[in-house]
Amino acid sequence: MAFLEYAAAPESPSILNLKAQYGLFIDGEFVDGHGDVFDTISPATEEVIASIAQATAGDVDTAVKAARRAYETVWSRMSGSDRGKYLFRIARLVQERARELAVAESLDNGKPIRETRDVDVPLVAAWFFYSAGWADKLEHAGLGPNPRALGVAAQVIPWNFPLLMLAWTIAPALAAGNTVVIKPAETTSLTAMLFAEILQQADLPKGVVNIVTGPGPTGQALVTHEDVNKVAFTGSTNVGRMIARQVAGTQKRLTLELGGKAANIVFDDAPMDQAIEGIVNGIFFNQGHVCCAGSRLLVQENVHDEVIDRLKARLSTLRMGDPLDKNTDIGAINSAAQLERIRTLSDTGENEGAERWTADCRIPDKGFWFAPTIFTKVSAAHSIAREEIFGPVLSVLTFRTPAEAITKANNTPYGLSAGIWTEKGSRMLALVDQLKAGVVWANTFNRFDPASPFGGYKESGYGREGGRHGLTAYLEASGWDAPAALSAASTAPADGKRAARKPKQTRKAVAK
Amino acid sequence: MSRLTVPKTYKLYIGGKFPRSESGRTYEVVSAKGDFLANAAKASRKDARDAVVAARAAVGGWAGATAYNRGQVIYRIAELLEGRRAQFVDEIQSSEGVTAAQASAQVDTAIDVWVWYAGWADKYAQVAGNANPVSGPYFNLSVPEPTGVVAAVAPQGVPSGSLLGLVSVIAPIVVSGNTVVVVADEAAPLSAISLSEVLATSDVPGGVINMLTGSAAEIMPWLAAHADVNALDLSGAGSLEGAKGESWVDLQLAAAETLKRVVPPVAGIPRPALEGITAFVETKTVWHTKSML
Repeated sequence: MAFLEYAAAPESPSILNLKAQYGLFIDGEFVDGHGDVFDTISPATEEVIASIAQATAGDVDTAVKAARRAYETVWSRMSGSDRGKYLFRIARLVQERARELAVAESLDNGKPIRETRDVDVPLVAAWFFYSAGWADKLEHAGLGPNPRALGVAAQVIPWNFPLLMLAWTIAPALAAGNTVVIKPAETTSLTAMLFAEILQQADLPKGVVNIVTGPGPTGQALVTHEDVNKVAFTGSTNVGRMIARQVAGTQKRLTLELGGKAANIVFDDAPMDQAIEGIVNGIFFNQGHVCCAGSRLLVQENVHDEVIDRLKARLSTLRMGDPLDKNTDIGAINSAAQLERIRTLSDTGENEGAERWTADCRIPDKGFWFAPTIFTKVSAAHSIAREEIFGPVLSVLTFRTPAEAITKANNTPYGLSAGIWTEKGSRMLALVDQLKAGVVWANTFNRFDPASPFGGYKESGYGREGGRHGLTAYLEASGWDAPAALSAASTAPADGKRAARKPKQTRKAVAK
Repeated sequence: MSRLTVPKTYKLYIGGKFPRSESGRTYEVVSAKGDFLANAAKASRKDARDAVVAARAAVGGWAGATAYNRGQVIYRIAELLEGRRAQFVDEIQSSEGVTAAQASAQVDTAIDVWVWYAGWADKYAQVAGNANPVSGPYFNLSVPEPTGVVAAVAPQGVPSGSLLGLVSVIAPIVVSGNTVVVVADEAAPLSAISLSEVLATSDVPGGVINMLTGSAAEIMPWLAAHADVNALDLSGAGSLEGAKGESWVDLQLAAAETLKRVVPPVAGIPRPALEGITAFVETKTVWHTKSML
């Protein structure tokens, strides 16, 4: 039963001018890969949208060579202001083609058009616009005089915010003067291909950005390529671990933005209307496919029943269905594999004794869907309180004192984000100090901005994306001179102080 | 007549106390000429794990202290070191075989490194943090925080480095509020233990700096794989070689299992640098809504 009946208001896919098949984007051109092709489907209908090339290790090598060539001959020699102008151009082109990108993203990913139109694509443009201005101001980035680009950046990004994660990684890399080879997620390569067209329209020098599509082995070929100077990975903690091992012993710089199991802490004095909206936004935004999702609700015991009743009422008004419909709140789960994982973990939650409640939604006949679900009576030992579900599933725990809230919130190997809801500022600030999380939202949740650093503590990864901190992940300091009185502490070899800060040569190749 | 001297028993420094190795093992420390100097404790896996427990227990108090307070405590290390210069010069001279002038220079620089980092305690957050102008009605601030427990290797066998190398590794780790478990220079560990005595009588809380002597190649794999260690400083690990030919790369591989932050080896002694501090901090970004008036 729907809360209100709305007439369908679908965004038309006719704005798209898609090709039947997409190749790789290498050295400024679309080229056929040497591997198989695979279909990218709409998770809402399971219909094929286009076929995508699967890059082989040889294709990846060609892309890295193109990026190296572009770095050596063009991009590293270009003035910062010119690099910035290219990024400004890209930002404007994204804005101009915003509707098209939003429709393509919703079609390919399954997320509601309301989100791609109002969040993903505007942030993509903002990310390029913000980064553009840094390109000729790098000496103000906090690394001292004359910071240097790293070289060729290898980037592997996830399927939950396909174009936005592309922007998060590419924009600062280019602003800092690096060239890029990027691999989009296997199930969501479409908007990266449209982005390649935008790069052509921007007349970005060939080879500065190269896009290789394909599954895991393509990404592995990329991050283990010998001529890559920087690896940036956004995705699961398990794959992040594997990449950390693969990069060990090399001189590659590594940033990892991995999983999370964020606590969203609601005190009894919280602004309750906003808190309910914040909880919903925290876990049901983007079908819960958000690494920083507020998947553990920690609610103060005396308001538990009120919060749960209001949450259920609010969730009953959410509309699940066609991602292209402008009324849709909850879209499709991105893939059959992810749906299976969400189902398995939810069943585990039920079997372990938590109490399950699912919103009464009509499930479409085709596609991958999972109705918003809340588990109450969850204990810290339950799987659904420990493992990242990456779906629209909320686990509710309770606490009595701030100390208990802190202990429970930090009781996880993850440390990406957290939320606090209270009208008492002093308590909020005291709690912020104790939470082991890279981003803390107070009386809000799931806010993102190109000026604001994002990234985790502990096993949620290392390095930051966004803001000045995100930029420095793509730069190397030339180094300040050591204080004169301490010069004896600098036992640099004859080739200068820079070498003294460099790791020693790799002793052996690492491939575990 | 000449007086019979009273030699010191060199032990470990864990949790503010001076235990022997639980394993009962010691190893012979000799002078540059090969003369016997002392039997140093040879720390075991259990000692390393005990040190991590002590370091973890000390994080809350040390990271929670005010930056001004941490700065003063670290400055006091320099003060006490200054007062015991002669002892350190003596030890370094005998164990490294350097001249009195060279040993003095090393001690002086080590003292000055403490002073330099002490001054950063209440400033690094201003330099490494940010107010972020986000597009919306939010107060948004990024602040650096200590990452927690750091395991470190002091430079091994670096000329004029047994004290200075150790200090150059641990000072930037602890200044932000981290605690550290550090393995001293295996061949020249005496000044590390004497430094522990300075720490014990300064105002550094027990457990903030934990000093192990023995084989770094034997101890570090346990620390690199320890799930309650947040970061690994391999600045001094470049020359390590384990019994089966393992190198610092194996330590980095072990650290990957729990996604520890890793600082790779440097040649010689790490230079004093702000980056030495920021390598072991986390950036926490806080958003808060602004209400409508």
